[in-house]
Amino acid sequence: MRVLVVRAAGTNCDLETVYAWELAGARPERLHVRRLIERPALLDDFQVLTLPGGFSYGDDIAAGRIFAAQLNRHLPDALRAFVDAERLVLGICNGFQVLVQTGLLPWRGRTGPRACTVTYNDPPGFQDRWVYLHGVSDKCVFVERGAVYEMPIAHGEGRVAFAAPADLAALQAAGQDVLRYSGPRPGEPNLHGEPTNPNGSTGDIAGLCDETGRVLGLMPHPERFVTWTQHPCWTSQPARPEGDGLALFRRAVAYFQ
Amino acid sequence: MAVYRVEVSAAQGPQSENAEVAAALREVGLADVTRVRLSRLFFIEGRLDADTARAVGERLLVDPVTEHLAICGESDPVPEPVGGMVALEVHPRPGVMDPVAESTLAEVRAAGFAVEAVRTARRYELLTQAPRDPLLRAVGRVLANDCIEQVVAGTAGVRPAPHPPAADSRLRHVPLTRRTDADLQRLAREAHLFLSLEEMRAIQAHFRALGREPTDLELETIAQTWSEHCVHKTLKSAVTYRGAPLPGSGVSGTETRRYGNLLKDTIARVTEELIAAGRGPQCLSVFKDNAGVVAFDEQTAVAFKVETHNHPSAIEPYGGAATGVGGVIRDVIGCGLGARPIANTDVFCVAPADWPQDPLPKGVLHPWRVLRGVVKGVADYGNRMGIPTVNGAVVFDPRYLGNPLVFCGCVGLMPRTAIEKGARPGDRIVVIGGRTGRDGIHGATFSSAELTDTHADEFSHAVQIGNAITERRFLEAVLQARDAAGGSLYTAITDCGAGGLSSAVGEMGAEVGAVVELADVPLKYAGLRYDEIWISEAQERMVLAVPPGNLERFLAIMRAEEVEATVIGTFGNPPEAAPGDPPRLVVRFRGETVGTLDMHFLHHGVPRVERVAEWTAPAVGAPATPAPAGPAALDRLCDELRRPNIASKEWIIRQYDHEVQGGSVIKPLCGPGRGPADAAVLRPRLGTPRGIALGCGLAPHLADVDPYWMAAAAIDEAVRNVVCVGGDPARTAILDNFCWGRTDDPQSRGALVRACQACYDFASVYGTPFISGKDSLNNEFALDAADVEPLIDVLRSRAERRDTDAAHLRAILPDLAARLRTRRRLAVPPTLLISALSLIEDVARCLTPDLKRPGDSVLLVGGLPPTDFAPAAAAAVHVAVAGLIRARRVNACHDVAEGGWLVSVAEMALAGGRGVRIASAATPDPFAERAAAYVVTAPDPSGVLDPLAAAGITCAAVGTVAADPVLAWGDRRVAVADLAAAWSRSPH
Repeated sequence: MRVLVVRAAGTNCDLETVYAWELAGARPERLHVRRLIERPALLDDFQVLTLPGGFSYGDDIAAGRIFAAQLNRHLPDALRAFVDAERLVLGICNGFQVLVQTGLLPWRGRTGPRACTVTYNDPPGFQDRWVYLHGVSDKCVFVERGAVYEMPIAHGEGRVAFAAPADLAALQAAGQDVLRYSGPRPGEPNLHGEPTNPNGSTGDIAGLCDETGRVLGLMPHPERFVTWTQHPCWTSQPARPEGDGLALFRRAVAYFQ
Repeated sequence: MAVYRVEVSAAQGPQSENAEVAAALREVGLADVTRVRLSRLFFIEGRLDADTARAVGERLLVDPVTEHLAICGESDPVPEPVGGMVALEVHPRPGVMDPVAESTLAEVRAAGFAVEAVRTARRYELLTQAPRDPLLRAVGRVLANDCIEQVVAGTAGVRPAPHPPAADSRLRHVPLTRRTDADLQRLAREAHLFLSLEEMRAIQAHFRALGREPTDLELETIAQTWSEHCVHKTLKSAVTYRGAPLPGSGVSGTETRRYGNLLKDTIARVTEELIAAGRGPQCLSVFKDNAGVVAFDEQTAVAFKVETHNHPSAIEPYGGAATGVGGVIRDVIGCGLGARPIANTDVFCVAPADWPQDPLPKGVLHPWRVLRGVVKGVADYGNRMGIPTVNGAVVFDPRYLGNPLVFCGCVGLMPRTAIEKGARPGDRIVVIGGRTGRDGIHGATFSSAELTDTHADEFSHAVQIGNAITERRFLEAVLQARDAAGGSLYTAITDCGAGGLSSAVGEMGAEVGAVVELADVPLKYAGLRYDEIWISEAQERMVLAVPPGNLERFLAIMRAEEVEATVIGTFGNPPEAAPGDPPRLVVRFRGETVGTLDMHFLHHGVPRVERVAEWTAPAVGAPATPAPAGPAALDRLCDELRRPNIASKEWIIRQYDHEVQGGSVIKPLCGPGRGPADAAVLRPRLGTPRGIALGCGLAPHLADVDPYWMAAAAIDEAVRNVVCVGGDPARTAILDNFCWGRTDDPQSRGALVRACQACYDFASVYGTPFISGKDSLNNEFALDAADVEPLIDVLRSRAERRDTDAAHLRAILPDLAARLRTRRRLAVPPTLLISALSLIEDVARCLTPDLKRPGDSVLLVGGLPPTDFAPAAAAAVHVAVAGLIRARRVNACHDVAEGGWLVSVAEMALAGGRGVRIASAATPDPFAERAAAYVVTAPDPSGVLDPLAAAGITCAAVGTVAADPVLAWGDRRVAVADLAAAWSRSPH
């Protein structure tokens, strides 16, 4: 299975994302978005497209805004055709912000102004901390319903917000809010004084998928927890055979087998 | 041409108010501010109409879910604030780097809009009754920095961008050869050259011999190259020490000792001797490149550099720290043929954050503002670069009020084949990255001067604003060119830092010569004079030497990565030079020669001076702090944990991405209770077990006793830190960063000599070579006369408090106050930062300090007095503890530092969320500072006690780990939750 990891100026989680895909058994390749714009047909050779984390174009104006504008200007049809062809798209952190800014998430089929955004944290400011995620539906290829994943967040603009309460309700009704912030047990609060929902995200949304379940975007970083020694308490807790984040990549690989 | 103002503001709702800003304004005296609304302004200039401006705004600038948009043309009135609010706008001063504007302009143009320029600004609408002037002042204090921004009451309207004045590019000579000494000194001062009379005389003699006057560019080039910042004249000078005997010398009375070159005879000597003896890690490049390099494994090397960016951070904390990070990262990218950065470190020394807002000496920014600004600067730059910031420290001392210290470190990984470099004649001089502007002019010489209350105005152009993404772009591009099939496409690379092109080209061409055409340097805006282009310290630029045959391939990689790259000259002497002529630096502007300098004079002509150093032990002893012994010590424990120097730095750590790249193994916060890690551990090659530990040590408080022990304590702490996590003291390299006040008096130089000698004495016994270092002198603030007594009053009132820090201040206050009155300058305490890098065979064997298993024994290992201890005795403790960790005899290990062993036990307890039953008849003073001391926990105490006893190292059982989170000692009990709450208190 071949994975295209697309980077732009300011992308900075591409190498560890490539490593996570390799551990999961895929064949990933890094490519600058300029090369893809020059030859959109390159996409045909890949089953998965990944937009990794970072600060594309400095997140100037807003997180992911300029990268998204480039994709919408040069590759709107190519990206839609890619998803329509039963392939997968994964956006992590900045990649998630980009997917929402392009309109590929959460409602690719809708027209009119965007109704969903990923914006400034509440409380404000960048933060790096570990969170628990609860897989709340089986809508998405990458996520197991009922699973609890630990992984870190590192962002200043990760609060999912909607134009109207009805938009959140529609997303939830369709099971598209696949990953919610939680405590160590599904739906319960966090421990040790750690916030449950670290960025004020509406509906505790940490990650969401499109109508097909084949496009996933999430703020936390699954690629930063693929081996046990990446866990902040690995020296004191019983060892796990691998990091929780690797499960997302493994499910994508399994999807094509 | 038309200009449109696009205002983007939060849509009505809970997110539209900025409570943080309101709180910050109340803090500086605008007590009645209850509401603040912030909006962003974009000024778009070009051939466009209002509809097009709106389209730009809607497509690119506004978030349709959370924001709304308002467009104004030049003839439209800017809407007034409603609801009784008042408006203020903050605009960047002309020429100040504006990364958002740059990105926006590039994207708007790419989208096909005919836009010529974009500027940004911020608008605040406040609900306050405060009159205009106090309002502007308060805003200037917390929301804007006058040195790079202008605050406008109401609105600045909608106007085109101001155009920079046309440059006068006539060649200018500086009459020098016939000046008197007094004239020379005046010239040095007025032209901001910061050269001594001896140096000015040497330049005069050089040009007299040439029979001509220097051009302004030649004089500037010499001043930059000879600056303290670039050549470290003081540390490399010959010095004769006379004073109190140096420890271990056996001399009684007064000792006299001569150093031919202080740095070479102490710090560099350790490294030479250790390499010759085959001790320490394998050193591959030391003291000659932008960073020190040691072997990581058979194929890979690791480079480490730590820099200071003190003066810029004093004036503009955010920009100063950010560009400090950017600069040290470039040092690593420019080390050898380039290393890939894998980690950043940061250490700040600032005045206490709870300093009163008034009175604050004129020209000084409040320490809390400084600290918040530098943290944000480090975070924004490091996070954008995708480099984890993993280790650091913060030290609070009132003497950093005028001169905060900002240390930024960077570690990189490189192939061992990429360590050597050298430009060859004929190689093209290529500048890549950011464009050159008027920003950062005089940084090298400015950092060699002391700060005064007028510096912020005089040198505002020395402040630089960074753009991390420009640097991120060329990082990718440079590494591709380095790793090109068939070998590196360039022969040398260096960063364009202090001194700008003048230093970078001058250094790279020192052996071969160089010819530069300044008119080819890409500029941010028209209007720069040739000498400004030459010395500008505009950020995010690198200079490379590219053989002509590789040029096309090199430029193709740069284009593919969206990096601007321009040939600006050729290495080697000009064609008209005779073969065998000594290397020359020839600088041209539009074909006209504006400077010709002999490289030998430039790099070796600085006169070496013979200096005298003296030192008498101060009357101040170590501050006596009567400490409660036994169980009563628990009553004071929370107070100690609250001390800013000890308290949690979680509020800083959270702002740093310390996990990007996926390599962090021991993170800055450990255990479920997020206690402090001693050092960071990284596994830079994912999938392989080898790692590195990074730690640091500094003990400026001991400089008041003796700078010798200050330096010894710093080395000891840095080594302890890496040992605690599983580092190997026998494979540890260290770096030195000296930050001193002025060194124009013998006593201050005596302090420097003692610190340097301690570096030699301790590093040679510990077996830890120095691989890189940097010094920053003149960290003094010249006070306005009216500010001296109010400052002493504040110091006196702080010294009357009851905590440990006040006791220390009481001890030094009489001497400090006397010096403030006589010299009117506030100097930093002599501060030496030691950074340590230790190699780790298998990261799975690393250790954290959190208490893990109820029933484990808690043991205090080692422990020597903080002064007057033998290096060999301390080294034996480090080696023994490392051996215990390697043998897996202990399951938690924590360093005992300034706070004493009880503080260490408390930190281990709160990290693990477990308690300790303290039971010890004869424990040492719980709060006493110790050298070479550790607290460890062990399931089997005999596995620790026996080998230590055999090695002759003291070890005391302190207690037992308990499941219930309580520290209990005799009749006293403290809940771990209370310890955690005290430790987590904000420093402000």
